[in-house]
Amino acid sequence: MATATKSLKKQGSDLAQSNKQLEILSNGIFQNGELPTFKNKISETNQFPLKAKKLEILQINVGYMCNQVCDHCHVDAGPDRKEIMTRDTMRQCLEVIKNSGAHTLDLTGGAPEMNPDFRWFVEEAAKVGIKDFIVRSNLTIIRANKKYYDLPDFFKKHNVHVVSSMPHWTRGKTDKQRGDGVFDKSIKALQELNDRGYGMPDSDLRLDLVYNPSGAFLPGDQAAMEKDFKKALMEDFGIQFHNLFAITNLPIARFLDFLIASENYEDYMYQLVEAYNPAAVKNVMCTNTLSISWDGYLFDCDFNQMLELPVNSKAKHISEFNEELLEGRNIVISQHCYGCTAGAGSSCQGSVA
Amino acid sequence: MSKNYYDASDLRKFGKITEWSEELGNKFFDYYGKVFEEGALTAREKSLIALAVAHTEQCPYCIDAYTKDGLQRGVTKEEMMEAIHVGAAIKSGATLVHGVQMMNKVNKLDG
Repeated sequence: MATATKSLKKQGSDLAQSNKQLEILSNGIFQNGELPTFKNKISETNQFPLKAKKLEILQINVGYMCNQVCDHCHVDAGPDRKEIMTRDTMRQCLEVIKNSGAHTLDLTGGAPEMNPDFRWFVEEAAKVGIKDFIVRSNLTIIRANKKYYDLPDFFKKHNVHVVSSMPHWTRGKTDKQRGDGVFDKSIKALQELNDRGYGMPDSDLRLDLVYNPSGAFLPGDQAAMEKDFKKALMEDFGIQFHNLFAITNLPIARFLDFLIASENYEDYMYQLVEAYNPAAVKNVMCTNTLSISWDGYLFDCDFNQMLELPVNSKAKHISEFNEELLEGRNIVISQHCYGCTAGAGSSCQGSVA
Repeated sequence: MSKNYYDASDLRKFGKITEWSEELGNKFFDYYGKVFEEGALTAREKSLIALAVAHTEQCPYCIDAYTKDGLQRGVTKEEMMEAIHVGAAIKSGATLVHGVQMMNKVNKLDG
């Protein structure tokens, strides 16, 4: 499969529309009863409705612009996406960060570093002294342009926890999913992070990698994959990192487009449903996470954000943030949620069961 | 009923064999699951062996299953193809080594 150069939105694809995606996820094999809906599945173990617990993680999407156009991006991110969080919305987020009980702040995108106010936001947020401050960096941004070359030092200065995508330890599989030249740039970026102390065994400068499969199959065992990644990256490039998070591709946006175009959609949904693990439901990330979009709206997770499924609460925008009101809310679900409950479960922090 | 001898979606129904012989079916699946657990060999190594055997047995269901299993474990296509060549080498070697029997017979019958 050739790597795309434009987002689905820019291509004018039907699948750029969230209602079209939700329609596909609700019709066909889920409508004719061939497979149970997610709601019915979790009802079997009395886990419906899913309820939000105490807020622990604030995940802020600072914009959909990205220097890459990865095949399976659930954000449909790319250089042509113009949705960018403003400094005013960032100020509102900072107020929430200061006052909420969340122990983790997780900045994502697109490539969050491409937001013109990214550094200002990181500096301000770091002053709050949150326990775990994550930036999800695609690595290549560090080598994309001279103005980003100092990012490893910037991250170090603010004790940012770097979480980076790395689909495979081989060039072929990585470039197939993320574009030509991505592997070499990623390796260079990882070496630079290692040079600053990131990812070293006893270092407090956390460097974790995210693995998601390059095709229509589920991730293997996280611990075994981590072992293979560590061995290969060390032997081939002398690279070290802390943990590998194995994340399942959810059937939305470009991955859904790929599943349909390659006639893998039904088989993939079967895989997800067959791998359903009720134990993973207890720890799905939407129960302790709040996702904030570039324009300040609140969602149960980044996936619901992309499907434009807002939180089921009176507080729908960061300006209306109310932790008490949001705690205990019913989580909004659809069939894409099977992606987070398959096998050992999946979240932005990897396996959950 | 399908007009084809093999239907890819039948693989999903494999578990149903227990319905007509529960005890034996369950014993088989217990054994099968145990075999593929991490042991003296890693689960990844076992997956590659299974892929090679799937080809020598020419089982389309097993080929689908262990190709996907390999991908899930991060096995590369080069590793998969090498594993299949191991199976093919044994298959062709097993054919050719019988050539010695043919030679023996010729020598005995025809001097």
